Amino acid sequence: MSDALLTPPVSARDHTVGPEDAPVTLVEYGDYECPYCGMAHPIVKRAQRELGSRLRFVFRHFPLAEIHPHARLAAQAAEAAAAQGHFWEMHDTLFEHQDALEAEDLLGYAKLVGLDTAQFARELEAGTHAERVREDFRNGVRSGVNGTPTFFVNGERYEGSWANQEAFIRALREATQPSSSRGTRTTIDANI
Amino acid sequence: MTESSFDQAAPQILPAGIPAPDFALNATPDQILRLSELRGRPVILVFYPADWSPVCGDQVALYNEILSEFREYGAELLGISVDGVWCHAAFARDRNLHFPLLADFEPKGAVARLYGAYRQEDGTSERALFVIDADGIIRWSFCSPIAVNPGANGILTALESLAGQRAPAKAESRRGATEEARP
Repeated sequence: MSDALLTPPVSARDHTVGPEDAPVTLVEYGDYECPYCGMAHPIVKRAQRELGSRLRFVFRHFPLAEIHPHARLAAQAAEAAAAQGHFWEMHDTLFEHQDALEAEDLLGYAKLVGLDTAQFARELEAGTHAERVREDFRNGVRSGVNGTPTFFVNGERYEGSWANQEAFIRALREATQPSSSRGTRTTIDANI
Repeated sequence: MTESSFDQAAPQILPAGIPAPDFALNATPDQILRLSELRGRPVILVFYPADWSPVCGDQVALYNEILSEFREYGAELLGISVDGVWCHAAFARDRNLHFPLLADFEPKGAVARLYGAYRQEDGTSERALFVIDADGIIRWSFCSPIAVNPGANGILTALESLAGQRAPAKAESRRGATEEARP
């Protein structure tokens, strides 16, 4: 079954770090309350450090809210921060404080990150970003996300273990080489 | 998921196009669910090896999370493993599951055998998925390598194509009826 392809491809609606024309785009579907995503967070950071401008990183929400009761609101908090131009600061803060994701904690992080906290609180309260988070989740299911974190490298689900840092970073490095996966690259370009 | 592992596992389980064998299994210690009672709406039958094992945990957590999407197609989701009712009850409570887990416990794995989804070598069922239509016909089946969480995309695609074959308005009214029937 070769249906584990990123749908939709990375676009302007995504939160991205790194150049648009980077040879490798790494997409993570993650959940701020998921301990494995918490473990993967520094590994992604390391990959970003080591690959520099050759890597573009994208994060999409996949809150497993039935087992992680704070995950959905935390994802909405990241979106509320994004609405004020501070997605990544909130993203990092949430992963660094996975055990404190109550509403008042989130408000504290909003302040820490320098947001307009009144607007932030209002948007969380109103569920302004709930649909966006839900959309990410739905797209994730259709892309073949089957747990968190799930990574996609240049549009294809990464089947190796991200916990094996060396292999993960090696795979990302290899993906920077155009010859190693020319067929794949063509498909991805066609999708975009 | 590689093609070869798919090919190895797939031939054992019942294919699309044939009637789903009927069965009756305990859904709770004092409640028996018969497959044919669900006639009239699609059923997603999920065989998995065991409660509490890591991959199954992810898999049932995922399905639990997207129940609302399955129900948009009017579909009913049933999990089946060889675990007993009390084990299922504890697992469902722990994971906050909102769909029934059926106990294929005595005679052990009898329903899994009916569907070609029993693993003789370790006494559990395969990680096998079946989408059964409103008339009780298997419309899609898939056997995942035992260590691989098959996700939900295949199920949703199968439900989508079922919905496409029937008049959407009919599916709509059926869904309404299902929701009204729920307390």
